[in-house]
Amino acid sequence: MADAARDPQQDDTGLLELEDGEDLFPEPGPGPALEESGPASLTTEDLSTNANGPKQASLFDDDPDDLFAEATEEVSLDSPDRDVLLSDGPSPAITPMTPPTSVITPRIGHAHDDMFTHSSFDEIEEEDGGDSFDIHISVSDPEKVGDGMNAYMAYKVTTKTSMSLFKLREFSVRRRFSDFLGLHSKLASKYLHIGYIVPPAPEKSIVGMTKVKVGKEDQSSNEFVEKRRSALERYLMRTVKHPILLKDPDVLQFLESSELPRAVSTQALSSAGLLRMVNKAADAVNKMTIKMNESDAWFEEKQQHFENLDVQLRKLHASVESLVLHRKELSMNMASFAKSAAMLGNSEDHTALSRALSQLAEVEEKIDQLQQDQANADFYFLSELLGDYVRLITAVKGVFDQRMKTWQKWQDSQMMLQKKREAEAKLQFNNKPDKLQQAKDEIKELEMKVQQGERDFEQISKTIRKEVGRFEKERVKDFKSTVIQYLETLLQTQQQMIKYWEAFLPEAKAIS
Amino acid sequence: PIRSVSVDLNNDASLLIDIPDALCERDKVKFTVHTKTTLSSFQKPEFSVPRQHEDFIWLHDTLVETEDYAGLIIPPAPPKPDFEGPREKMHKLGEGEATMTKEEYTKMKQELEAEYLAVFKKTVQVHEIFLQRLSSHPILNKDRNFQIFLEYDQDLSVRRKNAKEMFGGFFKNMVKSADEVLISGVKEVDDFFEQEKTFLLDYYSKIKDSTAKAEKMTRSHKNIADDYIRISATLNITMSFVSLQKVEGRVASDQELKLTELLRYYMRDIQAAKDLLYRRARALADYENSNKALDKARLKSKDIPQAEEHQQQCLQKFDKLSESGKKELTSFKGRRVVAFRKNLIEMAELEIKHAKVRSSIQLYYICFIMCTNELQYAWGICKILCEQI
Repeated sequence: MADAARDPQQDDTGLLELEDGEDLFPEPGPGPALEESGPASLTTEDLSTNANGPKQASLFDDDPDDLFAEATEEVSLDSPDRDVLLSDGPSPAITPMTPPTSVITPRIGHAHDDMFTHSSFDEIEEEDGGDSFDIHISVSDPEKVGDGMNAYMAYKVTTKTSMSLFKLREFSVRRRFSDFLGLHSKLASKYLHIGYIVPPAPEKSIVGMTKVKVGKEDQSSNEFVEKRRSALERYLMRTVKHPILLKDPDVLQFLESSELPRAVSTQALSSAGLLRMVNKAADAVNKMTIKMNESDAWFEEKQQHFENLDVQLRKLHASVESLVLHRKELSMNMASFAKSAAMLGNSEDHTALSRALSQLAEVEEKIDQLQQDQANADFYFLSELLGDYVRLITAVKGVFDQRMKTWQKWQDSQMMLQKKREAEAKLQFNNKPDKLQQAKDEIKELEMKVQQGERDFEQISKTIRKEVGRFEKERVKDFKSTVIQYLETLLQTQQQMIKYWEAFLPEAKAIS
Repeated sequence: PIRSVSVDLNNDASLLIDIPDALCERDKVKFTVHTKTTLSSFQKPEFSVPRQHEDFIWLHDTLVETEDYAGLIIPPAPPKPDFEGPREKMHKLGEGEATMTKEEYTKMKQELEAEYLAVFKKTVQVHEIFLQRLSSHPILNKDRNFQIFLEYDQDLSVRRKNAKEMFGGFFKNMVKSADEVLISGVKEVDDFFEQEKTFLLDYYSKIKDSTAKAEKMTRSHKNIADDYIRISATLNITMSFVSLQKVEGRVASDQELKLTELLRYYMRDIQAAKDLLYRRARALADYENSNKALDKARLKSKDIPQAEEHQQQCLQKFDKLSESGKKELTSFKGRRVVAFRKNLIEMAELEIKHAKVRSSIQLYYICFIMCTNELQYAWGICKILCEQI
C-alpha cells in the first residue's frame, strides 16, 4: 500500500530519504496532463508514460534497496490520490447544477437556466480534457504615471489567445495595481462563498510603493517593481487557468476593455481584507453551537491535508528566504575575497604564482556574479512560488470554512422551521385562525429556505471537491514546472563554473 | 588524507612520522604519534606514543628557545583543537529541538557530527604536518627534545612543567612584542635581506587579510548548506536538486577549506620567517652595540679584551644567522610556490569534477521530471550517480 512508511535510509553522500505522508508532488494518478503550464523553455508535455514506470523499475531491479518497487506501488489503482479524483462526487451530467449566476439573482427562489452558465461544468470539463485552453498573459513595461504621492505604476497587460471567448487573438491594456485588487475583490465576492478557490491578489506594500512614488531610482525599488510585476503576472495566469473564472465578465473586461472604472476602497480588497473575511468565517465556525457531524471523511481528510501543507509550506518559505539571504552574503564575501586575492597576487614576487593568484581572484569574482544570479533564481522561482502557495492555501482553507458556514445556515433554517412548526401546532390547539394562516405562510417560506439551504450545501460540497481536485493538479504542475526552470538555472551555473575553472587550471599548472 | 599544505614531507625513509589515529575526549584530543626509523639514535625501529596538544606546544617552544636554531625557520606550532564552533551549534540545536520535526533534528545532528569530524581531521592533519616538517629538516630532526617527544613512552607533562618554570615564556614574549618595529628599524647591510624584509612584511599583511576573507566565504557556504538541510528535512519527497545542493554545500566547503587551510598555514609560516628576521635583526643590533662598547672600552682603555671578545661573538652569531637565514628563506620560497601550485591545481580539478557531476545529475533530473510523473525514479538515479562522486 502506498501509505506504507519507507525506512529512512542513511546515505554517505548525505542524500535524503524518501518518506511518505505529506508530499508536495502527490501523484494525480495515471493519465497525461495535456495542458500547457505556461512559459517553459522545455516542453512539459507528459507522454502517457505510466507504462514506462514499471519498465524503468525493472532496469534497477539489481538495486538492493529497490526503491522502485515501492514507487510502482504508488501508481497502483489503490493509490489514495487516484481515489480522490474518482470520488469527486456524482458525475456532473446527472445532478442539476446551481449556476454561479445565482449569486447575482436573489437567493430565494429557484435558480434559472442561463445560456451563459447552462453548460456549467459539463462543457468546461470537456474543454479541460481537450486542448482548447490556450491563453497566455504577460505583464510588462511598468511605467510611472504622475508625480509625488499620487503617482502610481501602470503595467501593460498583454493577452495572447486563440480562444473564441475573446474578440481578438492578441491585445493589451494598461492597468494599475488597484485594478488588480479590484478584480480580485469582485471575483471573491461572487465565487468564494459558493466554494470556488479564488486566487489571492499580490500583497500591498506601503514601503515599497512609497519609494517608487518618491522617485528613488535605485536597485531596491527596481527590484520591488520587478517583484510586483512578476507577482501580478502569476496572479492573472492563475486566475484565467480557472475554467469558471476565465469566463467571468469582470475578468474579460479586465483583460479587454481599454478603460476600467477606478476600484475604490481597495483596503478591503487586499489579501489582508481577504484574510479578514476568511477569519470571520472561521469565527463563525467556532461559534457554531452544533458541531457539524462530518459524515464525509473526504472533507475531514482534505482539511487535515491542507493544514499540514500550510505548516510545511510556511516552514519551507522561511528556509528559502534564509537561503536567498545567505547566498547574497556568500556573493559579498566572494567579492571581498576576490579583491584580497588580487592584492595578494600583486604582493607575490614569484611571477607565475603572482599571475595565478590574480587569475584566481578573477575567477572568484566571476563566480560571485554567478552566485548573485543564482540568488535571484532562488528567490524568483522558489521563494515567490512558496509565498504564492502559502496565500493560496489560505484561500483553500477559507473555502472549507465557507462550506461550514453554509451548513450552519442550513441548520439554522431547519431549527427555525422546527420552532415555527411547534408554534403552529400550539396555535392550532389554541384555535387562532388569523395567526395560524400567518404561521402556515411562514412555515412554507422556511421549508423552501431549508430546501435551498440543503441544495446550497450539497452544491458547495460538490464544487469544493472539484476545486480541490483541480487545485491539487495545478499545484503539482506548477511546482514541477518551476522546479524544472530552477534546475535549469542551477545547470547553467554549473556549466559556467566548469568553464571558469577549466580556464584557470592551465594558469595553476604554469606555476614552476 | 592528502598532505595539502606542504609537499615533499615524510618521504625520507630514515625517519617516517605519522598520526594514524586520535581520540577525542570532551575537549582533549589524544594523538597517537607513530614513528618508523632506520636511525640508530632511536631505541626501536618502530614505535608509537600518545601525545596531547600541549606536548606539541612544549616541543615547539623549546625549539624556539634554542639558541642554536636562531637562524632557522621554526615550523609554526599547530593551533589548539577548536571544537567551539560545532559545539555551540550542537548546544543551539539541543535548545531548539522542540521546535523541529524529528527528521530536521536528525539531519542537522548528522551535519553537525560531520562538522565535528572535519574539525577533528583538520587538527590531526596540522599536528602531523608540524612533526613532518621537523623530520624533514636536516638540523631540526636531530634535536634531542624532538627525539624525546617521539620516543618517550611516559607522560610528558612533568617535563612540560619544568620547561615552563625554566624559561617562563620570557623569550617567547619578548619575540612577540617588539618585532615589527625592530625589523623595519634596523639598517640593513645585505640586499637579499632588505628585499626579503620588504616582501615578507607586505605579504604577511595581505595573506592575513585573504585568510580572514576566505574563512568568511567558508562560513557562508556552511550557512547555505544548513539552509538546504532544513529545506530537505521539511520536504518529504526529496527533490534531489535539494540533495545536490547539500552535496554542493559540503563539497564546496571542502574545496574552500583547501584554499583557506593553505592560506592560513602559510600565514603562520610567514610569521615564523618573520621571527627569523627578527632574531637576525636583534643579532645585528647586538653587534652594533658591541662595536659601540668596544669603542668606549678603547677610549677608556678599560676591559678591552672582554669587549673585543664580546664583539667577535656578536659578529659570529650575526654571520651564522645571516648564512643560515639566507638558506632557510630561499628554500621557504621554493616550498611555498610548490605548495601553492599543488593546492591550486587540486582545487581547480575538484571544482571541475564536482561541477560536471552536478550538472549531469541535474540534466538527468530535468529529463526525468519531464518524462515521468515519478520523481521517486529520478531520486533513485541521482542517488546512484551521487555515489560516484
